[in-house]
Amino acid sequence: MSTLTTTAGPGTGRAPRRRRGVGQRQTVAGWLFITPALLGLGIFLIIPIVMALWVSFTDWNGRGSPFSSQVSLVGAENYAALLTEPGLSRQDFMISLRNTFYYVIGVVPLQTVVALLLAVIVNQKFLRGRTFFRTAFYFPSVVSSVAISLVFLFLFTSTGAINQFLAVFGIDGPVWFSDPRGLIHLIGDWLGLWSVSAPPAALAETQVLSLSVWEWFSGPSVALTAIMAQVIWTTAGTFMLMFLAGLQDLPTEVEEAAMVDGANRWQRFRNVTVPHLRPTILLVITLGVIGTWQVFDQMYVMTQGGPAKTTLTPAFLSYTAAFRQNQWGQGAAMAFLLFLIIFVLTSLQRYVLRDKDEAATRRAQRRQQRAARRKGVTA
Amino acid sequence: MTQTPAGDSIAPAARTLATEDVAVTEATKPTVVDDGNLVNRSGRGKKILIYALLVIFAIIYIYPFIVQVSTSFKTNGDAVANPLALIPDPITTAAFERLAQTDYPRWFANSVLVTVLVTVGRVFLVSLAGYSLARLNFKGRNAVFTGVLAVLAVPGVVLLIPRFLVLNYLGIYNTYPALFVPLIIDAAGVFIMKQFFESIPMSVEEAARIDGAGTFRTFWSIVLPMARPALITITILSFQGSWNELPHFIVAADDPDLFTLTRGVGQLTSGGLGSGNQFPISMAAALLMTIPTALVFIVFQRYFTQGANAGAEKG
Repeated sequence: MSTLTTTAGPGTGRAPRRRRGVGQRQTVAGWLFITPALLGLGIFLIIPIVMALWVSFTDWNGRGSPFSSQVSLVGAENYAALLTEPGLSRQDFMISLRNTFYYVIGVVPLQTVVALLLAVIVNQKFLRGRTFFRTAFYFPSVVSSVAISLVFLFLFTSTGAINQFLAVFGIDGPVWFSDPRGLIHLIGDWLGLWSVSAPPAALAETQVLSLSVWEWFSGPSVALTAIMAQVIWTTAGTFMLMFLAGLQDLPTEVEEAAMVDGANRWQRFRNVTVPHLRPTILLVITLGVIGTWQVFDQMYVMTQGGPAKTTLTPAFLSYTAAFRQNQWGQGAAMAFLLFLIIFVLTSLQRYVLRDKDEAATRRAQRRQQRAARRKGVTA
Repeated sequence: MTQTPAGDSIAPAARTLATEDVAVTEATKPTVVDDGNLVNRSGRGKKILIYALLVIFAIIYIYPFIVQVSTSFKTNGDAVANPLALIPDPITTAAFERLAQTDYPRWFANSVLVTVLVTVGRVFLVSLAGYSLARLNFKGRNAVFTGVLAVLAVPGVVLLIPRFLVLNYLGIYNTYPALFVPLIIDAAGVFIMKQFFESIPMSVEEAARIDGAGTFRTFWSIVLPMARPALITITILSFQGSWNELPHFIVAADDPDLFTLTRGVGQLTSGGLGSGNQFPISMAAALLMTIPTALVFIVFQRYFTQGANAGAEKG
């Protein structure tokens, strides 16, 4: 973002020195060069978003033009159906939010930790064949999610590789992709806290936003857990590369100084390496949250939202509402709510995890710039 | 789309590879400094731990691909009965033969076509735009750049319905242009090119300009050839993005003749072929669509690394 300040606009200070002809020619060329890109972004990004915003306030059913007079405006009805009015639409939307919530809090921390672990391993200087292993860990990130989904469907079948491996330890693996039981439900059952077949009445009968408390606290279903494992496996490699870049930036002197101070390996990792990697960690978590809330491909290829809607996500639900049930208004409304969720979460995250010192210096800089500008104006 | 967050982001960071060479020479030096006299005992323990972890992760990461390859040469029965076996018994190419009789070849051709068109278009238009933002002084440049940055923040999956609406409105839904035109312009690419052009010394272009070369000529024959590394990065990101893209192809067309690999293969699982116990076919389908990625990945590995790392400066 610092580029914004260095490219201080045309016509400020430097321009008068140039001959006028050159400036004009540059203006024409500049706009000519940028126009195709602007047209592309305008037609296929900005205008569509505005159109969808309009559709989210209508009852368009997919036939004819959404802007014809037959389509009526329904105000915020589509949003209300998702958020405030009890009914099937809200129930489905809440289920999708619940699923994605568990998905995100499962995937993001784990993929961050796995990525960091892989980076630390691959960064060991004594290791032979580091390039090979780095490549192997990164490769799934560049392969099509569709291809990987097919492989995982096979690995996770009831008699598949995963269950055969579990059988070695005497574990009877579940029928992964058709098992809707929630993980928290199962763990509670196993600990003897409750019985999945007869959930506590207090939880099962209290409804909050069209779902019972019992359903809210289901945890990710077994099917969703399998998808989570797949996504962690796939994306960790990309984030590993980011951590690797961060690790290789760490000046050896700092670590040596810590060593001289008698810090052991774990202390050095905790107090030197991790703080140094802070910006990378923030980036990885932010990209992770943005990516996981959008999960769509796996649901489309592997589960179609099932079993029992436990892999339904807002992105997939928005797609089915519009393209399969012709409820375009509601589909568009869901897309915007999802956008809002991602925006709020990433802003919140940046705010919470921001580097306090950095924030302070930036504020000071801004104050100085403002002061300088004011001085410039008066002079 | 779930895989692209990193690919979507910005700014060259060749560090991973650049520093690697240093690391290698360091490794050949005898390691003197390590926990003083503890060096032998804890050093060996650490090595054993690291190697153990490495082996576990290597199995987790490589095994699925090996299973994929071997299963695609198995018979249906063998695949179900012995999913862990690495050697097919008997070895058969039946899965590939069946695949050849489906629309798979057509999907493959569509994918190649779309990927090539997107990549050629993107490399050209994105570098034009990047050059304009980096080097040409024109009124409104900062506003345009701020706009590009804002567009970068739009999560891709939110665009599913909007994209359909505009394609439908323009009357190009279910046509080839609907498959590739919307994918050509990529804000992240504009950003990467802008960053790169800013790193090229100004003097080169000024010399050309004094010699009387026009802006486009300067750009085309002087600056662009210097931007080869960045252009390759854009090419890689574009290849990876369009070859693996799924949601856009779902909303851009529903005519089976216009299916790409991801779209067509994605439906294998829900309908006919991949269901039941026909795993060799779905593994073969997945394998064949992975091979081009693997080839490009092996040849241009270091540019993939840069593309993935391009996020570091965004925040």
